[in-house]
Amino acid sequence: MRVNFTVNGRPQEADDVWEGESLLYVLRERLGLPGSKNACEQGECGSCTVRLDGVPVCSCLVAAGQVEGRDVVTVEGLADFAKQRAQHGGCSTGATGACGTSLQDARQWAAKGQDSQTGEGTELAPIQQAFIDAGAVQCGFCTPGLLVAADEMLERNPNPSDADIREALSGNLCRCTGYEKIMDAVRLAAARQAEAV
Amino acid sequence: MDFLRPASWEEALAAKAEHPTAVPIAGGTDVMVEINFDHRRPEYLLDLNRIGELSEWEVGQDTVRLGASVPYSKIMESLRAELPGLALASHTVASPQIRNRGGVGGNLGTASPAGDAHPALLAAGAEVEVESVRGTRLIPIDAFYTGVKRNALAADELIKSVHIKKADGPQQYSKVGTRNAMVIAVCAFGLALHPETRTVRTGIGSAAPTPVRAKTAEEFLNAALEEGGFWDNGKIITPSVAKQFAELCSGACNPIDDVRGTASYRRHAVGVMARRTLTWTWESYRGARRLTEGAA
Repeated sequence: MRVNFTVNGRPQEADDVWEGESLLYVLRERLGLPGSKNACEQGECGSCTVRLDGVPVCSCLVAAGQVEGRDVVTVEGLADFAKQRAQHGGCSTGATGACGTSLQDARQWAAKGQDSQTGEGTELAPIQQAFIDAGAVQCGFCTPGLLVAADEMLERNPNPSDADIREALSGNLCRCTGYEKIMDAVRLAAARQAEAV
Repeated sequence: MDFLRPASWEEALAAKAEHPTAVPIAGGTDVMVEINFDHRRPEYLLDLNRIGELSEWEVGQDTVRLGASVPYSKIMESLRAELPGLALASHTVASPQIRNRGGVGGNLGTASPAGDAHPALLAAGAEVEVESVRGTRLIPIDAFYTGVKRNALAADELIKSVHIKKADGPQQYSKVGTRNAMVIAVCAFGLALHPETRTVRTGIGSAAPTPVRAKTAEEFLNAALEEGGFWDNGKIITPSVAKQFAELCSGACNPIDDVRGTASYRRHAVGVMARRTLTWTWESYRGARRLTEGAA
């Protein structure tokens, strides 16, 4: 079957989709966006978290056919998404042109953080920069899901308590960090967000 | 596999009548796991996401009509006052990502004894509205669960909504698991005080082949509260009464040993949760009583 939906602000079309296929599979294998990670395939780990019509969901548990006509934001589009949100309160759904991230750009997306030595690169969402600065990334497999979930929480709740952060990230497993640096990163992003306003 | 995408409820009923083996999918948090792991390969998937009315709820005089696909996150946000037990239960479901997709209709459709909503529905009192092209029927929640992962639905029926009694008194929900998130209940317990009818209702999860009420325990407690005039005098429930109630709740279990816990642990834990939820709800009933009567 064919599925038409919006990914990172741009309309996309996936062909030859098997009816039992997940949104995660379509993103990774058909659209070439491997940022959302495939780990547990049962909604336990949160590493495949994307936003579906703005709401964080496990993309492994959304049937591909269910996203027809809907709006998906993946970690590859997070930097642009955050930028647009900061500039004019978000991108209108399905808009073409200047808004959103093209599939080409999303496929080539690479973290270009503000290097502490060279000061190069600024193409990260604030939450991504905070994860780097706080040392919240070790093996990095859980990071995309955590970024999407944490970014959505900060959008909803700009001044979260530690309990709020733990609750918002309770569906994302990390086996490396012990979560402390991840907590630091989210606190850092929240503090920077507050300063910026 | 065929993916059926009805645009309306009527179309969904027609599709289910034509293909009774079609598996309905809404949040997908149960169905997709089975497909991902190749445990299930249905001939037809029947997507219910396009049917807006399934994600709506309506607060009536005595009941809340909760659409089958209303996600748990919405129940937590919007129905805490009307359905406190179910809102608490919803908060224990998995993670935010899952609560954003899953809803009570799926819990009922899967009918797992470990489904988090069941004890709250049993304690509050509810009817499941199911429909087919043949017509609509309301199934009392007590008659809905018919076996392990079996329910009273006919092959051509779909769950449309649940009519849940609005709380007329305090409700509580308790669940045992290894952490606060992403936990399938080792066992769970829901309790609702119904001061209007002077009754107490319970629901037990994950401690019998189906979700069950502890009816003997309810009858004992109803009689003890009546006899002691507790509803009127608002006294603390006698420890011996609470203890007896807890034991009877344990006795209502028919659990198994499995990876999550042993049968004897489940029986014990249900007793502990029964006593605690009774204490918590009774304390808030007494608190509310003191406020309405203006005595300090």
